[in-house]
Amino acid sequence: MKEFKFMGYRRENGRVGVRNHVLILPLDDISNAAAEAVASNVKGTLAIPHGYGRLQFGEDLELFFRTMTGTGRNPNVAAVVVIGIEEGWTKRLVDGIAETGKPVSGFAIERHGDLKTIEAASRKALEYVKDATELQRTKCGASELYVSIKCGESDTTSGLASNPTVGEAVTTLIDMGGTVSFGETSEITGAEMVVVERAATVEVGEEFYRVWKAYDDFINEMKTDDLSDSQPTKGNIAGGLTTIEEKAFGNIQKIGKTPKYVGVLKPAEEPKGKGLWYMDTSSAAAEAVTLWMASGAVIHLFPTGQGNVIGNPVTPVIKLSANPITVKTMSEHIDLDVSDILKGKLSLEKAGEMLIDVIRRTANGRATAAEALGHREFVLTKLYRSA
Amino acid sequence: MIRLLVHGVGDNVAVAVSDIKGRDVARGLNMETGEEFEIESNADIPFGHKIALMDFKVDDTVIKYDSDIGRVVAEIKKGDHVHVQNVKTKRW
Repeated sequence: MKEFKFMGYRRENGRVGVRNHVLILPLDDISNAAAEAVASNVKGTLAIPHGYGRLQFGEDLELFFRTMTGTGRNPNVAAVVVIGIEEGWTKRLVDGIAETGKPVSGFAIERHGDLKTIEAASRKALEYVKDATELQRTKCGASELYVSIKCGESDTTSGLASNPTVGEAVTTLIDMGGTVSFGETSEITGAEMVVVERAATVEVGEEFYRVWKAYDDFINEMKTDDLSDSQPTKGNIAGGLTTIEEKAFGNIQKIGKTPKYVGVLKPAEEPKGKGLWYMDTSSAAAEAVTLWMASGAVIHLFPTGQGNVIGNPVTPVIKLSANPITVKTMSEHIDLDVSDILKGKLSLEKAGEMLIDVIRRTANGRATAAEALGHREFVLTKLYRSA
Repeated sequence: MIRLLVHGVGDNVAVAVSDIKGRDVARGLNMETGEEFEIESNADIPFGHKIALMDFKVDDTVIKYDSDIGRVVAEIKKGDHVHVQNVKTKRW
């Protein structure tokens, strides 16, 4: 299928973004105040304060750096000013972002204090904003887009209509040569053997199963009841979902009927090529979207039933819903209303085409509801407690 | 108006997209083929819940999304409400 074209930002490393952020990125929570002060001084920058970055260790620390570095590396970002408490880790983050070729500088508060740091960082941010605002969008193709997908606040309309709509769009994007990632390891439970079969090779399927099993073992070790409250939940059952399999199959409608995933990613790991990729993420919405943004996803598709409202500071989140009550009572949060599917008036194929068009327009610069409403949820995934 | 949707050609249940009352004759649409059908319901089928498109014996398989979603644990007649009272997971 011929890819659609759009006007995007081609970065130094050839990757294509659909936004042009200048980020003020605090490495740790101690640096939040300085980062926010810089963003206040210099209009057109975006600070991303968060709660972690000290005394993490092991795999948790690796994930933390992968997430922070990935945030700066995301093609939606033009330039980054990093602020950290001390030089060593600040440099580590700067170097990880600098590898892309984009402008990035680091400032450590130790030996300088907040105020001198704010001044130096603000002067640099000023320079970055002037340069970034001069960058022009150029013609790009859908094959250069990396889109992530996750559903939230699901109900029976999700499995019926909004998830299959995403499945149609995902099939189209893959056909056009694009890159897509799905995940939510916990939500696969019940359909995990089907997901194993959707792997492009036996090895990839085995790797997925290993990841899912590790999650399942962890849940079985930590759970305090028989999980009858979560697989499916009482709310799911009241809504009509009967078995965990039914819930999971409704969930994986999001990847369409034919695409096969070519690899398994760690949380926040960048895909190494095009096509469909599985990423090990939780189902916590803001955590998962943050992980995908950090892996380089420039647009996120979010089908919702009851009405999830989250966004992301770097990556535009597109919300679609087939629930007639949600699209009416929470209309300001919805980018695409596909409730006509439930009336038999809109085919899944046509709904998929409508979603592709929303993706194209978002890539061209059209603000999503979440962006326009100021939803910038940035939530780090933490694997275990700090030292 | 369409009150039931069927996902896949092989499905043996349909999902209500509007509340259906017992004895209603409801119009349905197969989303894959575009074909419409009619079925009389034997019970109230709330929005989001399933109706049987055929008779089931105990241990038969319920197919939705062209996939196995569970095992029948109590006899079901065409038009019955299909849910936790007559279907269980095969998992445990």
